[in-house]
Amino acid sequence: MTRVPERPGGRGAEPLAYSISDRRHLTPAEVLSDTRVLAGRQLRKVLRRPMYVVFLFIQPVLFVLLFRYVFGGAINTGHLSYVNYLMPGIIVMTATFGSMTTGLGLTEDMAGGVVDRLRSLPISHAAILIGRTAADMVTNLVTLVVMIGIGLLVGFRPSQPIYDFILAVLLTLAFAYVFSWISAWVGLASKNPETAQSVGFIWVFPLVFASSAFTPTTHMVAPVKAFANVNPITLLTNAARDLMVGGHSATAPALWALVWMVGLLLLFVPLAVRQLRRA
Amino acid sequence: MSELAVEVNGLKRSFGDVHALNGLHLEIKPGIVFGLLGPNGAGKTTLVRVLSTLLQPSAGSARVLGHDVVADQLAVRRRIGLAGQFAAVDNELTGRENLIMVARLSRLSAKEAARRATESLERYSLADVADRRASTYSGGMRRRLDLAAGLIASPPLVLLDEPTTGLDPRSRQELWDAIAALQREGTTVLLTTQYLEEVDRLAERIAVIDQGRIVAQGTPSELKDAVGQSTVSVQLTNAADQDAALAALSQHGIAVGAVDIQRPSLDDVFLELTGHKAEEPVLEQA
Ligand SMILES: Nc1ncnc2c1ncn2[C@@H]1O[C@H](COP(=O)(O)OP(=O)(O)OP(=O)(O)O)[C@@H](O)[C@H]1O
Ligand SMILES: [Mg+2]
Repeated sequence: MTRVPERPGGRGAEPLAYSISDRRHLTPAEVLSDTRVLAGRQLRKVLRRPMYVVFLFIQPVLFVLLFRYVFGGAINTGHLSYVNYLMPGIIVMTATFGSMTTGLGLTEDMAGGVVDRLRSLPISHAAILIGRTAADMVTNLVTLVVMIGIGLLVGFRPSQPIYDFILAVLLTLAFAYVFSWISAWVGLASKNPETAQSVGFIWVFPLVFASSAFTPTTHMVAPVKAFANVNPITLLTNAARDLMVGGHSATAPALWALVWMVGLLLLFVPLAVRQLRRA
Repeated sequence: MSELAVEVNGLKRSFGDVHALNGLHLEIKPGIVFGLLGPNGAGKTTLVRVLSTLLQPSAGSARVLGHDVVADQLAVRRRIGLAGQFAAVDNELTGRENLIMVARLSRLSAKEAARRATESLERYSLADVADRRASTYSGGMRRRLDLAAGLIASPPLVLLDEPTTGLDPRSRQELWDAIAALQREGTTVLLTTQYLEEVDRLAERIAVIDQGRIVAQGTPSELKDAVGQSTVSVQLTNAADQDAALAALSQHGIAVGAVDIQRPSLDDVFLELTGHKAEEPVLEQA
């Protein structure tokens, strides 16, 4: 056995190409660069699995067909045609379900050891989640655009100015971003991918269905109605609907939706980062 | 600042009522290959995970190159390379993309990351599959990719948790060569293994871990000396001499064909110290 000096002398064949920093914290530039690398990785994976994105559409498209052509006739939406009432709700639902991929992806990455690999690198835990949620937001934007296209095909006719329409889409996207963080927390907190598959999704169903996404809340039974009226999905849907097809002023629901978003973000960003640290 | 590569004091980590690490002490000098030997469930992986900041200790302390694994996580992660017991590669990315990502996140420039990725793919015989998705790799290829990822930033301390499990003999030899090379470059390597031959061959010092504690420590030779005497086996030229040989061994004049002096193997050490047998290495065909 060869004796080696007690202290390493030079690094021989592969010298360190960088010096090890002794700063106690990462610089914002470093965090940003890591976020970019991680978001890039995620988007590359999505591009490589286009079927996976197509899969994201199947459910919303089925909902469009079901509500537009089966249930829609029985739902009274006053002066708005049902398809114009429905599509903003469908768009919000697509974004909400789309954001659930964040948590599912993270559980997959945990099971496959990728999360451990990332956590052993000199990067911030937040960058791992910011990169992931940012990439998911891009995917979500694509799905929203496609769903709007599908809406136009089945008779959706937005009547408000284009900037209002764009504002509605941005608001929905921001909402999906916030839900990505909730989903990240749920995904990281669940012990295995199977639990994440079931539990990770279930909590959004009552939020989506006890809301104004598919029917006005006026005829819901009292407790459900009370819940639906403060449900962030109702508030967002109302705002998006007013911004797309008019009716009421979008200001109040939009502001309330924003309050929800800020509150949820303030709560779930630290929760998710803490959960990742413990993973 | 401490001069030790690893310094562990009274380290404890429990999962419920399982004490995976139970007051473990360990010191590793820089620049050596240190072998950590222990049966299943001894706490090897738990120790590696604590040292790589993936797991918080329940009590005690651990320092890596002078940096506390709890208080100074970033400093620790800047200095370690990890190849865990189970390959941690991203299946949807190609081998090259996996390596470039890890290199970039270890703060290498894009150009340097690409250069090193190509070089490691070559070094670990993955050049042919470099641009295929890792999901199409064999188990051994995934392990090699994982190792390459752990080493790509040339960290001063490398933690390898059973790195040769699942490798075929040729890949294992390549990995051993790579570890020897790391050591020549001055890198400290902590290697856990079930292959006794591996630590015997590579490690300058060995610790035997059992039930979350270090039960013996020393050079391979010291450990062997600590356990029983050497065996001398004598091969007779004449089979008929056998009885006579037995009777006459204390006298002189027996023709001896070959003498083989067998020192206790590390297997014996293992058995003696932990009361269990080491896992038999399972050799995989290429
Ligand atoms: N996350 C966990 N939850 C519960 N128990 C755990 C966990 N991780 C490890 N353990 C327990 O801690 C003990 C030590 O496990 P560890 O994985 O460190 O052993 P090991 O020496 O690496 O074993 P092996 O050779 O099988 O890899 C075992 O009893 C194991 O069951
Ligand atoms: Mg282990």
